[in-house]
Amino acid sequence: MSEKVLMKGNEAIAEAAIQAGCHHYFGYPITPQTEVAAYMAKRMPKIGGTFLQAESEVSAINMVIGVASTGKRVMTSSSSPGVSLKAEGISYLAGCDLPAVVVNVQRGGPGLGGIQPSQSDYFQSTKGGGHGDYRNIVLAPASVQEMASLTVKAFDLADKYSMVSMILADGTMGQMMEPVSLDVGEVKTYEKPWALTGTKCEREHNIVNSLYLKPEELEVKNFERYEKYKSIEENEVMYEEYLMDDAEVCVVAFGITSRVAKNAINEARANGVKVGMIRPITLWPFPKKVLADAADKCKAFICVEMNMGQMIEDVELAIRCKKPVYLCNRVGGMIPSPEEVLAKINEVNENGGAF
Amino acid sequence: MSVVFEKPKSLTDAVLHYCPGCTHGIIHRLVAEVIDELGIEGETIGVAPVGCAVMAYNYFTCDFVQAAHGRAPAVATGVKRSDPSKIVFTYQGDGDLAAIGTAETVHSAARRENITVIFVNNAIYGMTGGQMAPTTLPGQVTQTSPYGRDVETVGYPVKVCELLSNVDGAAYVERVAVNNVKNIKNAKKAIKKAFQNQIEGKGFSLVEVVSTCPTNWGMTPEKALEWVDEKMLPYYPLGVYKDIYAEEEAK
Repeated sequence: MSEKVLMKGNEAIAEAAIQAGCHHYFGYPITPQTEVAAYMAKRMPKIGGTFLQAESEVSAINMVIGVASTGKRVMTSSSSPGVSLKAEGISYLAGCDLPAVVVNVQRGGPGLGGIQPSQSDYFQSTKGGGHGDYRNIVLAPASVQEMASLTVKAFDLADKYSMVSMILADGTMGQMMEPVSLDVGEVKTYEKPWALTGTKCEREHNIVNSLYLKPEELEVKNFERYEKYKSIEENEVMYEEYLMDDAEVCVVAFGITSRVAKNAINEARANGVKVGMIRPITLWPFPKKVLADAADKCKAFICVEMNMGQMIEDVELAIRCKKPVYLCNRVGGMIPSPEEVLAKINEVNENGGAF
Repeated sequence: MSVVFEKPKSLTDAVLHYCPGCTHGIIHRLVAEVIDELGIEGETIGVAPVGCAVMAYNYFTCDFVQAAHGRAPAVATGVKRSDPSKIVFTYQGDGDLAAIGTAETVHSAARRENITVIFVNNAIYGMTGGQMAPTTLPGQVTQTSPYGRDVETVGYPVKVCELLSNVDGAAYVERVAVNNVKNIKNAKKAIKKAFQNQIEGKGFSLVEVVSTCPTNWGMTPEKALEWVDEKMLPYYPLGVYKDIYAEEEAK
């Protein structure tokens, strides 16, 4: 299947999940991600898989826990308000060290917000969202092709590290159509000796659990989990660099805004402005090192985000506030135009670099 | 010497943490006996609740997953859909099943999810120290209804079997008790049927077991058993509330 087909981003996620061996999907309708559920409803019965429209997002994520505990690949998807409801289950998945893929096709918030694209769940997905100390791997696709390929990657990482991988997309990525190749390559499988498969009266019972009443044990469990997170931060960081070799101004953007920024950067380059971009693909683990290195070469950073400034905090931390970081943002479902980003690039290029 | 009584194979050697006189021990034993008799120990996956029975996973020898408060039927749905050849049961209390998990309960029944639900109703939140439950009786004193449950302000108890008897998807719903030998025998029959139904693919089966909480009711274990007869059973009458296969046979 190396030929390309024209697909919506949401559909690409659904088909890629199936290709990655996910035969169980639980969802609930919410704009702008409903196509994922609709696609699964069509496809799953044909491959002997499960599509189930749950009575709530809460129930859907708990069904995910059920399948995950048996060791099979499983996914749920939603949009911002629905992901808030899933937060309880995501925390339990973390506490039970269960692998699962959760897709968030973001819309504007808070509350019911709107149905237009947004990136305002950055904090929610990268900093937790549910209770307790935990991390999710968070992948931010910037094309329909990446909606597919990062979904496959998400399943691999979830199984490899036994934890939640999240696809953090937005309404634009979900709704836009682009050519996509669904050639996922070889799907790696992982041993899951902890899975609930029935003891057959041949082994001790397996218990999937997040309760540790003894604080000494719970502390050890948390330490162990953070050792795992440390190795993910060392080994799984993904980012794209664009025209960074001689860049003096560094744009940082993920998802749809990185594409808007690319247009603006091309325009600025045509006018002789030395600007480039670092696009985090993994929002957690965050590409701290490449940003820190860039801080030694660039005079200023610009974060282009569709929120009130969330990723900008991670950029400031990554570069230890060595250089000024400016925010170029639209919110509430508005998308920044290339002209707006270009104007910010020019302004920062002329005046930036000094605190 | 012949053995006339022994611990069911499906129970581990772990010492139960339940309070003296609590009937969870009896109900655990009944479930384990049924698992033994049906020979399904190696194929069974249990789902533990939040509440007094949260550590049920330590007491049964089968595989177990511990669910968030009220979510056991959703987790069980996932387990069962993942591998329909497994026998999947939840073990839940009244706060878990009839308050925070009402939606999961009703909708897993509506889907006729092929799982078995053991619902332990002792009219109080035990684990947290005796607060008003969805099944707390009118007038019953608890930590959060210190003047007695006032139905004018906090409403009425939820009668789960009666409620589910109106859900088309529910296959089998029965209320039993474990406060005397006769009732215990009936309870075991019902629990066995609820597991047998799943083996035969008959769909959602729930057994409500009227139970006691001597500690939080502030009674001796003996008095608590009497209180079941005096107060609980008049409000929660025993019996089969739904059995679609018996109804079909009768036609």
